[in-house]
Amino acid sequence: MGWPAFWEAVTAPRVVASLRLTFGASLIAASINAVFGLLVAWVLVRYDFFGKKLVDALVDLPFALPTAVAGIALTALYAGNGLIGGLLEPYGIKVAFTPVGITVALTFIGLPFVVRTVQPVLEDLELELEEAAACLGASRLQTFQRVILPAIGPALLTGFALALARAIGEYGSVVFIAGNMPMISEIAPLLIITKLEQYDYAGATAIAVVMLIISFVLLFAINALQWWSRRRSGKGD
Amino acid sequence: MYRKFLSALIAAVALLTAATAGADTTLLNVSYDPTRELYQEFNAAFAKHWKAKSGETVTIKQSHGGSGKQARAVIDGLEADVVTLALAYDIDAIADKARLLPADWQMRLPHNASPYTSTIVFLVRKGNPKGIKDWGDLVKPGIGVITPNPKTSGGARWNYLAAWAYALKQPGGNEVKAKEFVAKLYANVPVLDSGARGSTVTFVERGIGDVLLAWENEAYLAVKELGPDKVEIVTPSLSILAEPPVSVVDKVVDKRGTRKLAQAYLDYLYTPEGQEIAGKNYYRPIDKAIAAKFAKQLAGIKLITIDEVFGGWQKAQKTHFEDGGSFDQIYHR
Repeated sequence: MGWPAFWEAVTAPRVVASLRLTFGASLIAASINAVFGLLVAWVLVRYDFFGKKLVDALVDLPFALPTAVAGIALTALYAGNGLIGGLLEPYGIKVAFTPVGITVALTFIGLPFVVRTVQPVLEDLELELEEAAACLGASRLQTFQRVILPAIGPALLTGFALALARAIGEYGSVVFIAGNMPMISEIAPLLIITKLEQYDYAGATAIAVVMLIISFVLLFAINALQWWSRRRSGKGD
Repeated sequence: MYRKFLSALIAAVALLTAATAGADTTLLNVSYDPTRELYQEFNAAFAKHWKAKSGETVTIKQSHGGSGKQARAVIDGLEADVVTLALAYDIDAIADKARLLPADWQMRLPHNASPYTSTIVFLVRKGNPKGIKDWGDLVKPGIGVITPNPKTSGGARWNYLAAWAYALKQPGGNEVKAKEFVAKLYANVPVLDSGARGSTVTFVERGIGDVLLAWENEAYLAVKELGPDKVEIVTPSLSILAEPPVSVVDKVVDKRGTRKLAQAYLDYLYTPEGQEIAGKNYYRPIDKAIAAKFAKQLAGIKLITIDEVFGGWQKAQKTHFEDGGSFDQIYHR
């Protein structure tokens, strides 16, 4: 495969649409996870409640569940006749078989990455620091911004990067809920499978290479950000 | 002591390997998705037949999956003694890319090497509330059609070609009109699953769509599993004759010394016993006498073949399903 053929393969409208969808949905899913994963980790570390151990264990569920099982279960829940899909249907909100469904699946599989990277850092974070900040007249928001966030920032970024990387490569859980409509809900890994199915190994490799490059650039940027934030908080190595 | 144990272990291992080598009468049949039930029954029958005939005990292993995926596994080194796939194109690929069997493999067994055939029918909800009778009803506004993605599913390619052939055979039909018809049909498709079983689940379990385009045997299986109070079969006026072919994989059987057995296995598919099992599993037997027995369950339907309308699989694949083919075009307008 020469350069022109490579370029033609990776700039086909269907491929471009699928790359946009894969990276877009993955970024959204990882962002959701960064916010809600932090919340979950915070609650698990700072609060005591009935069934906490169970919730703590449940966080790992997406790790343990085969992705196909997760995909089928999510589809069953979010389809028009499902438990959650049935509630949304009257309002005209469709989740399963749309890009929204893809984001839901990617969010599900990415959550533990953020929780499990942030949790130990939060556990080590000394309460005294926050108390000191409060004594010095900081508001709760200021404490969060100036004291807590710099401390957990690197871990949060790592969790975000891991969730993102996992989401980009995800196939099993997504194909069931995606609907796989060309130009609308086809993810890039599905197109790779499609190419393989036509014995087009070169075309499949071309898409894979592009995904690899974009992923590399994204992860590089995240690591650079991490390095920068560490230097700024005075803990540079 | 330790040395004694070690030598005992080595002896045991040697004995074990010798034992398995001596009884090397295993056969691997690499097949596609919906033949699971068929080959379960057939393998048991063949093992019994072979035992009576030669006194050997034979173990037949089965592997199932999407037809294209299975062909790729064989190309990449899965040692299949026989392949029984959904379309000739996939066995062609094994001959072409890995050279594991000669290019004229399809001439070696009667009937295009297809011991049983099938076709594409419609599965609709109980009572057929949308009144779907034929292909023409599928393009009406408000009808949801469920079919898998022809790029990833062999069955879906048969569906696609059947719809194309129907439009072509209408009065005044031509290629342009056929493409328009198929484009309209696919505009009614809300979900493109990657495989035939996935589509069945979408239609039956998720309750999406009004009609499922399915293999005849899958449709009957669905009715049998779910009960006739949930879904029913509609036979269109015209459909496509699907010929799922079988072949011995020459290089593998010569290497493993299983050619005689593999050949007998495929030949047995053509005997009245094999044909009977195919019929019982809702495939269409090619043996006329056996087919007559199942005539009641397998409705009369005008069947066109891929060779007469599309000029064979290689050409059909190129025109319709390769990148930039007619299927891509109807989504890229």
